[in-house]
Order: sequence, then C-alpha cells, then structure tokens
Amino acid sequence: MIQPQSVGIVVPQRARFQEALALRSGGCLEDYELVYETYGELNAARDNAVLVCHALSGSHHVAGTYDGDPATTGWWDNLVGPGKPVDTRKFFVIGVNNLGGCYGSSGPNAINPATGRRWGADFPFVTVEDWVDAQARLMDRLGIERLAAVIGGSLGGMQALSWTLQYPERVRHAAVIASAPKLTAQNIAFNEVARQAILSDPDFHGGHYYDHGVVPARGLKLARMVGHITYLSDDAMAEKFGRSLRHGKAVYSYDVEFEIESYLRYQGDKFAGYFDANTYLLTTKALDYYDPAFAHGGKLPAALAAARAEFLVVSFTTDWRFAPARSREIVYALLHNRRRVSYAEIDCAAGHDSFLLDEPQYHAVLGRWFDRIEVHA
Amino acid sequence: MSYRYDYEVIAQWIEPGEKVLDLGCGDGSLLRHLIEVRQVLGYGVENDPEKLLACMENGVDVIQIDMDKGLAGFEDGFFDHVIMSLSLQAMHNTQGILAEMLRVGREAVVSFPNFGYWRHRQSILNGHMPVSESLPHQWFDTPNVRFFTIADFEALCERDGIAIRERLAFDDGKLVLEEPNFLASMAVYRLGRH
Repeated sequence: MIQPQSVGIVVPQRARFQEALALRSGGCLEDYELVYETYGELNAARDNAVLVCHALSGSHHVAGTYDGDPATTGWWDNLVGPGKPVDTRKFFVIGVNNLGGCYGSSGPNAINPATGRRWGADFPFVTVEDWVDAQARLMDRLGIERLAAVIGGSLGGMQALSWTLQYPERVRHAAVIASAPKLTAQNIAFNEVARQAILSDPDFHGGHYYDHGVVPARGLKLARMVGHITYLSDDAMAEKFGRSLRHGKAVYSYDVEFEIESYLRYQGDKFAGYFDANTYLLTTKALDYYDPAFAHGGKLPAALAAARAEFLVVSFTTDWRFAPARSREIVYALLHNRRRVSYAEIDCAAGHDSFLLDEPQYHAVLGRWFDRIEVHA
Repeated sequence: MSYRYDYEVIAQWIEPGEKVLDLGCGDGSLLRHLIEVRQVLGYGVENDPEKLLACMENGVDVIQIDMDKGLAGFEDGFFDHVIMSLSLQAMHNTQGILAEMLRVGREAVVSFPNFGYWRHRQSILNGHMPVSESLPHQWFDTPNVRFFTIADFEALCERDGIAIRERLAFDDGKLVLEEPNFLASMAVYRLGRH
C-alpha cells in the first residue's frame, strides 16, 4: 500500500476523425475531434484500459492538474491516481470530452469545418449511444480492443451501461454509479426548466450568440441553480445553509438575504462564466432521450440481454434525482440475464453530488471492485 | 474467511451450476465455497457495509438491500436455492422472509441455532440467558430478535404450508439423530412448497 497520490501534471491530447459518424438523430458528423487525457501506462497486453465517462458538466480532465495551475484539479481526482480506488499503477485510465461538449471536443462552440463559423445551434443532436460510438473510435485509435472497465456517474453511468449493450465484447467490467436506466418524468421536467431558462434568455439568439458577441449567461445561471437544488439533498442543504440570514434578520429586499440564495447565485454565476449554453441544452436532451428499454417494449431485462460485462452498481441513499430504486432496476434486470453484478447503496448525506465525493465506504467499494479486475502485469 | 461445518451439508443439496441466493451472506464464504465446489452462479444479499466489502474481497457478488423489507425486486422462481444460514433468528419478519425465499427460489435452505438445546435450557434453569458457541452473544448485544426451537420452527412450517424436505441437526458438528430439539445446538433444513 502507498499513500494515495496525484497523477501529477497532465496534458490533454486531441484526436481528429475524418470518417463520418452517423448519429441517432439522423444527423452526421463528417469530421470531428475528441479531446482526451490518459493516466498510467497501457500494458503490453493492452488489457488494462479503463474509460471514465463524464456527466453533464464534466470533461476529459478527470485527474491531475495542468502545468503552472494547481487549481485545475481534475473532477474525479479523488478516485483516479496512484494508490487510489482506480489505481493508475495498475490501470491505464482515459478521460474523454464528449461530442457536443465545450472543453475542446467538437461541439457548438467549436468551428464547423464546413462553414468556418462556430456550430452554434447547427451542431446536431447527440445521444448517449452516439457518444459511446465516438468513444469506441477513440479506443480503436489508442489500440484498445477491449476495455478492462468503463466507469461513470449519473449521465456517465448511462454511457457505461450503454457500452455493455453497444459493444458487449469490448468491455469486461462496467461501474454504473448514481445513474438510472432512463429519466423519470420529474427528472425530464427539471431539465426542461433548465432549457427554457436558456432558450428564453434574450442573449440566446437562437443558439448563435457567439456571432453576437454575447452569451445567455442569465439563462445558463438559472439552469445551473435549478440543477444544483436537485443535486443536493434536503438534509444537506438544511445542514449547510439552514435558514441563515446574511443580515441576521429580514431586510425585505430581493437581494441576497438567505445564505442558500447566495450559494445558488454564486454557483450559477460561476458556471455561466465557463460553461456553454448550447452544450447544456444538447446534454440535457441526451439525458432525456436515453432509454435502452424503449426499443424492447419498455422491458429493461430484455434491453440488457446483450450485456456480457461484470457490473458494479452504486447508488446513494439521499440521491433523489437518481434515486437508489432506479439503480436497483438495473441490478434486477442484470440478474434476470444472469450477469455478475454487485450493488452498493451508500449512506451519504450529499444527495446526487455524493458520487463526486470521497466518502470512505463508497471509495472502499470501488477499490475492492477494481482490485478484483484481472490485468496482465 | 470463516468456514463452517454446515457448508458441507448445504453444498450436498446444491447441484453443479445452480443459481443460488444467499441471504445475510456475511463475508461471502459460503458462496465462495459453493462457487468452488459446485460452480454456482451465486449472489449474496447483505446490508452491513463492512460485510459488503468482505464479500467483494472474496470475489463474491453481493447486493446491498434490507431483507426485512422483502425481496420484491427478485423474480418468482428465479433461483434454484435460496439460502439463509444462521440469520433467520436475526430477522423481524420471519414468516414474510420464509415466504419470499420460497417465492424467488425453488427450494429454501435455512439453518438456525436451536434455543431448545439442552445446554441452553440448563442455562435458563440456572437463571441466565444462554451464551454458547451457537449463541455467542450476551442478551444485551445480540443481533438475534427471534428466539425459537426446532419444534417451534417445524410448527411454523406446518402452519404456513411449508414442506420440510430434509432436516439435519447437529451438536458441535456431530449429526444428532435422536431428540434433536433437546440434543442439537443447530439445525439445517431443506424446504419447499407443498
């Protein structure tokens, strides 16, 4: 055992694909780029690769920091690194920014090679399945025929699950965390409020706001505020903020009075400062559309019949946006298909955001499960 | 990993390649044994975080649910055998879980400590709750919530229409053939539906 360490300074890489990618929406990307990072070394047998799929606001920058900027720690740095649950001394870990993203892969804020202008609203709709197809091409490029594991939380968990259905022979293990086999109506409803906030912002300009030198920051801020409420649990919010008043008493104004207002505004402003509104729209739609059982008459056990991987499913007791019951649906559908599956329901107060935290039991479960994955030396 | 003599008995009742569910599977050592000697497709059910980790260390698949809430997600008749090894006495909903075991499994295998064992009776006569190899806890820290004998259990099976297909009773690992309710500290049953 060693003390958990950081993977250190990392450098993103870029892969260009000029083979057309047909999308589920009917659209097509003739020429696209994926930005990605890797940690650890691919072994000679090429059987130690772990793909990390990101969620709504994540990116390819999973672990480590960028040179000269120690504040740029990757979003899952607590999980990935030497001596960490996904141990980079054993595994070759890959993070990739999905198509339609805003961190360097082809997306609405990138230049459309066909027009020389930013894609904006013309970027085609992309689905979880499309992302997995694109990720599979990146694996081809990296010389990885079969993944030791694919792991993701929330929307990333949907990608992990989809890998096992689209490319059953190419993935040995899948960790599906704080996820669901499809969104509920309530969940889609939250996404729709977020989208309407963006779409109704006067600075949205039909998605071509780049050409107007503005961003729909107010809409994106509202979208993030709504999202944030749903990522936290009632208890976590009560404990963190309660009814704390900035002025110690009511001052009868619409400025910040309650601390929760301050927190949400701060989070919203921060997010609107770096995230792309079109990416937010596309990504929430990808979440809404994901439903592998749809083509099987709504029967999830039938949908998961194609899977060959061994699974780990994890949920969090206070996560009401991706509730434990939704994870159990996946578990029981896998059981029906006689797949190997373990399921942990982690007692954590932090709601949906728990999957990003280093809660001890959660990380112990992941560590034990990844330890068990066999790879060549 | 712990290994107990009732594992051999249980293994004899399992055919190679069966689908097996072990309720309250602890560190997964029984399932590990059944995987090794019977190549079963085995799943454990455990709600204790530490034991969950122990199962994963033993390479046993484990599902974290609270059994006292039933086995609602499991399909009817999916498993060949549903096992509950030395845990029935720690369950509140005794009848409910037995019914659930026989819903999701073709047969159930249940083992439990016999509170009617003569040493336990002697202890009560001496004025104290029994503490023994099969009942290792003190009354104030025991996880057990149901206190019953072999005779009690068989009466419950009769009452609930549960068929006793086989029963083996033991004292200190030795088979007890006569007067098991008095002479056996532990019993293992193979149960089915009439």
